[in-house]
Amino acid sequence: MDSNKSAPEIILRAQGITKRWPGVLALNNVSFNVYAGCVHAIVGENGAGKSTLMNIISGTYPAYEGDVLLRGEKVSFQNTAEAGRAGISMIHQELNLIPYLSIAENMYLGREPLTALGTIDYRKMHRDAAQVLERLHFTEDTHKPVGELRVGQQQIVEIAKALSLDAQVLIMDEPTSSLSENETAVLFGLIHELTAKGVGIVYITHKMDELTKLADYVTVLRDGNFISENRVENTTTDEIVRLMVGRERKDFFVKQEHPKGEKLLEVCGVSLRDSESRNKYKVKDVSFDVRAGEVVGIYGLMGAGRSEIFETVFGVHPKGTTGVLRVKGEEFMPKSPAEAIRRGIALIPEDRKCDGLVLDMDITQNISLASLKKILKFGTLCKKAEVKIADLFRSRLTIKSHSARQKTGELSGGNQQKVVLSKWLLTDPQILLLDEPTRGIDINAKNEIYKLIDELAGRSLAIVVISSELPEIMAISDRIITVCGGRITGEFTRDRFTEENILRASLPDSTQTRKNS
Amino acid sequence: MNTIKAKLNLSILQPLVALMLMIIAMTFLSDNFATSDNLFNVMRQVSVNLCISVGMTLVILTGGIDLSVGSVLAFSGAVAAGLMKSGIEWAGADVFIGFTFFGCILAALLIGGALGWFNGQMVTRFKVPPFVATLAMLTMARGFTMLYTNGFPITGIGEQFAYLGTGWFLGVPMPVWVTIGVIVIFGFFIRKSRMGRYIYAIGGNEKATLLSGINVRKVKVTVYTLAGVLSAVAGLLVTARLDSAQPNAGMGYELDSIAAVVIGGTSLSGGKGSIMGTVIGALIIGVLNNGLVLLNVSPFWQQVIKGLVILLAVILDRMSSKK
Repeated sequence: MDSNKSAPEIILRAQGITKRWPGVLALNNVSFNVYAGCVHAIVGENGAGKSTLMNIISGTYPAYEGDVLLRGEKVSFQNTAEAGRAGISMIHQELNLIPYLSIAENMYLGREPLTALGTIDYRKMHRDAAQVLERLHFTEDTHKPVGELRVGQQQIVEIAKALSLDAQVLIMDEPTSSLSENETAVLFGLIHELTAKGVGIVYITHKMDELTKLADYVTVLRDGNFISENRVENTTTDEIVRLMVGRERKDFFVKQEHPKGEKLLEVCGVSLRDSESRNKYKVKDVSFDVRAGEVVGIYGLMGAGRSEIFETVFGVHPKGTTGVLRVKGEEFMPKSPAEAIRRGIALIPEDRKCDGLVLDMDITQNISLASLKKILKFGTLCKKAEVKIADLFRSRLTIKSHSARQKTGELSGGNQQKVVLSKWLLTDPQILLLDEPTRGIDINAKNEIYKLIDELAGRSLAIVVISSELPEIMAISDRIITVCGGRITGEFTRDRFTEENILRASLPDSTQTRKNS
Repeated sequence: MNTIKAKLNLSILQPLVALMLMIIAMTFLSDNFATSDNLFNVMRQVSVNLCISVGMTLVILTGGIDLSVGSVLAFSGAVAAGLMKSGIEWAGADVFIGFTFFGCILAALLIGGALGWFNGQMVTRFKVPPFVATLAMLTMARGFTMLYTNGFPITGIGEQFAYLGTGWFLGVPMPVWVTIGVIVIFGFFIRKSRMGRYIYAIGGNEKATLLSGINVRKVKVTVYTLAGVLSAVAGLLVTARLDSAQPNAGMGYELDSIAAVVIGGTSLSGGKGSIMGTVIGALIIGVLNNGLVLLNVSPFWQQVIKGLVILLAVILDRMSSKK
């Protein structure tokens, strides 16, 4: 704190916190301050202990060593409700929403406004919810069940829920990991509003550009240890990254140039009807193609129909799909994922925990799940061969794990994603559809996945990647397609890649063709 | 390989220890317990529940449930007995079809499989929750049984049948051999076949399994069909042992079966569990039933105690898995 500004008031201080899991020291004597009216970013690779520390402050983990001081007084929260009453609330990276309840019911769960008769005052609840959501420029009907929202929209509901609590300390665990640029901008505006009112914000992130835009302080954790706390203006991104990984940052990933082959996938005028309303389309008249050795990026805001394009190609919605697909020039419309897989298509889904992995199963069983045929011996599963394959992928993709039999639920996000990738690579795909492959994983793992994508393109796979991160999609793609409202709104070759161009093409107002047809 | 075995053993260790303790305690408490007569009696009783419970394990592993097992047992048992005794006869057309012993067995298994298949279709094609679909089948199959038997027992089925229920082979009762066969076949099936792996995967995460290109519907229909077939096997054993098919046979068997599966450590939400666990679970219930009778505990108290044991088993399981 050698800054010439007067140090702001400390609302909350975590002092000498140690947290042990069976066999693992998750946090080792870590101290951390939350400053009134400031954004304090906390960075570190996955497994550095960021989320654990925040879960302790917010009452999720009541057992730990060390002290948490709220305005100088020692507190020990037994659960999140107690922490919430004391003015501390946390927006989790994993969504904690109930899918069948409406947006408003989720936001006010456990503290529903009551009428004089003691029944729930739904009118007030929906009115209040709509007010909070308006601050986030979020326009969905508050009666809509949360389960019908996309992940990014659910994240906004989660943020709105925390906002409605009027917290003094607001902890955000990678809130923008599933938000579009637009939604992120709205959130940042809101954060500035909150800090102006004296709220202390803790912000966990992997995105370096957010740090400089947003944060006043930055704390670096590495392997459960406290490394540094700095004012953001007194440090640089390079220094922070160096502290995080303990080494100098190499240049951002540079893509190799690969020869392009035949068109492996052609999508011609494909549409997907909205299953809820007959005249609406989630995907409308989408056409594009991908050649062997080519990486095509799809960029668009949340809810633009990006994931639905993939699902349509992968045979997830056979009923509402119209149009023509061609795989290697041959017409083909899959009626199920199984058919798509047989044609050499693989889909790495956006939500790896819900759609990608069986968390109770181990690494080996997850990798082999889509290709059990390959480990049959005399018609029965050969577990030796299965483990051998898993070990191969563990070393090839450097999946950090103590054995091939470790449950995937115990792995960090980056390693889980590598298991999902392994599963699909084992199916020997020729067309690889990657939906947000690096969401919520650390820089090292991201770089490894970029390299892998590049390597696979070099082996003549046709690859389509969805990403919400502009620098990422610009680095890895040969071509970028922008989508908005289920339609393609632009296409860019590498020489025309600029952040402004691509972002502008993906915004709702930038095209005239968006009127309902 | 060793680590898998260690893990598997660990998950059924608790019920196994409980079973051992019960056996030791009973040996001291009652002179009649550790006699070969009594032990074979326990095994014969357990064998019926075990056949059902193996099928129930498959269903529960996918995250479903099958409440119809008792009624399916009754109907397939009645059909087997009826066909054996009087075949199929159309008085008007002067048609008579007689059935051999094996013909009857095949017919019973087909009936059980067909009812199970129907359950599976309801669950997968019409998205009826398993609890409701099989509850409906519980009522319907009981109704079929009443219609077929007119509400009266079918008795005097014949020696071949009786041998299946009361006979001995190599010093072991026949029903026990049948059950051992079921356990071996399905233990192998679930651990060594692709379908077995898919059953676990569906229970663990159905959506991810579907997106991995697996025909989830087919797996589920197969599982319910197999549960029906295994209920029919149990139906044959019950009918053979009594040498008669009772219209109200198998009532409430679904509860003992679910209890065996749960005590054996299989998760009701699916994805976790094993056939070996269910075997131990069924043995625990069998020894408990037998022991309480030997100790002259009143039948009313027996029910209370059984309920408490089920609760205790699940609580212990939860506590150990939380650590």
